[in-house]
Amino acid sequence: MSPAIRLSGVTKRFLTPSGGVYMALRDLNMTVEAGEFCAVVGPTGCGKSTTLGLISGLEPPSEGVVEVFERPVAGIADGIGYMFQSDAVFPWKTVLENVAAGPRYQRRSHRDARQLAREWIARVGLAGFEDRYPYQLSGGMRKRVALAQSLINGPRILLMDEPFSALDVQTRSLMENELLNLWSASSASVVFVTHDLEEAISLSDRVFVMTAGPGTVKSNYVIDLPRPRNVAEIRFQPRFAAIYEEIWKDLRDEVLVSYERQKRGAA
Amino acid sequence: MSATVPVDLARKRRSDARRRRLMVSGGRLVLGVVIVAGWEFGARAGVIDKFFWSQPSDIGATLWRWITEGTDLGPLWEQVLVTMEETVGGFVVGSVFGVVFGVILGSNRLLADILGPYIKGANAIPRVVVGALFAVSLGLDIQSKIATASVLVFFVVFFNAFQGVREVDRNLIANARILGADNRHLTTEIVIPSALSWIVASLHTSFGLALVGAVVGELFGAYQGVGELIYESKNLFDTSGVFAGMLLLASIALIAEALITVLENRLIRWRPPVATETRI
Repeated sequence: MSPAIRLSGVTKRFLTPSGGVYMALRDLNMTVEAGEFCAVVGPTGCGKSTTLGLISGLEPPSEGVVEVFERPVAGIADGIGYMFQSDAVFPWKTVLENVAAGPRYQRRSHRDARQLAREWIARVGLAGFEDRYPYQLSGGMRKRVALAQSLINGPRILLMDEPFSALDVQTRSLMENELLNLWSASSASVVFVTHDLEEAISLSDRVFVMTAGPGTVKSNYVIDLPRPRNVAEIRFQPRFAAIYEEIWKDLRDEVLVSYERQKRGAA
Repeated sequence: MSATVPVDLARKRRSDARRRRLMVSGGRLVLGVVIVAGWEFGARAGVIDKFFWSQPSDIGATLWRWITEGTDLGPLWEQVLVTMEETVGGFVVGSVFGVVFGVILGSNRLLADILGPYIKGANAIPRVVVGALFAVSLGLDIQSKIATASVLVFFVVFFNAFQGVREVDRNLIANARILGADNRHLTTEIVIPSALSWIVASLHTSFGLALVGAVVGELFGAYQGVGELIYESKNLFDTSGVFAGMLLLASIALIAEALITVLENRLIRWRPPVATETRI
């Protein structure tokens, strides 16, 4: 089977405002199979979000090739959903308008877009809130809007950048379970960036560990926990603990490197 | 009974709030009476020179005369209407141009860099002097006042629209692009709504400026209007007339301010209501 996403020898450099060059990613290789749920973990500032930017086509790589379904990425491709870390729902649109934005931009008729949006709003459990504005919703509800918004176009690839990091623990595991439900009903590949190893293991089929910046993939682990999973309870399984320990050993060194660097940078 | 405690608390809070409201309105009333009465009696006692500073009863009498008998320039409502037309006209023209140019330059960095120094230069000129220019080129009719007012309004709205476009959340743009938005969608659905809260905030200031522009335009030469009324009164050393005109302008500005607040709440319904009133 052909992979959904392939990054080969990817390097990404940014110009800093002071005119210097900052290397965010160095010689990164990563392959995500079709329908696979992957998590990317790594210390702060290791280029996790940058990786998503490259896959989505929002940013071009400085070197190397990014391929989505065996086509090199050039600009924003169709079939991509992206859930941002910060709130990226449009504050001046109601829930319905927010969710309907995707199909409308894809030139579907207003009626179809609204019809489809209503279905997705119900699917993420927000029926009855169609006419609210984002400021009238809780953080968890806004995340549901963002989820429906990014899934409504039926993406074949879903990119998620620490989408639930701002939520409280209970809301978070609720949302994670719902994400797994929605994902299993689709055939989308997911790249889920997080700094939380527990979240990474409980959600995914495969976990990529990244090195401290400039980031590259240090190792990847297949998570052989059975599905369907209940995110709130899966961490009590002995197998979960074993996997966690194994990956954590790997991740810990990178976190320490990154931490040391930050301390030195601050001093 | 413990359940009565919160009820009492709520009642106490309500009565406190009511007492505060009474204090505020009462205080306002007392202050107003003190100022007006002090002015009046000061003028009568000769502490305040009536010739230069007039007195409330004279101002009231002048206003009453204007209302009942009309002014030297014609009926009062006509003067108010002319000034209103000039103000609103200048406000609308200036705002529309300001928004259009602000959005265009805000989204086109090259153009903004080329035009930047010229705009800054133009903005540095005390702009009311263009009134003199327009009085010559456009004549003493309403057009020259609309032009003056719109120049004053333009810059305020322009800078706000420009800044508003520049400050659009990059995440929102990225999100819209991922969802398939083209450039037209980005402008109409992301950039302009986002800049709108900046633009609307500037409308409060710019309506005041439109009024300044209209009145200054009238001072440079006019046949009608509240500014012309003030100018005439000044020429006759009639300070009561000047004050009466000022009073009229203040009421126009306050009414307009209220209307703009209504418009603001309409346009940006999506914004959370502000918890406390900070504006006076």
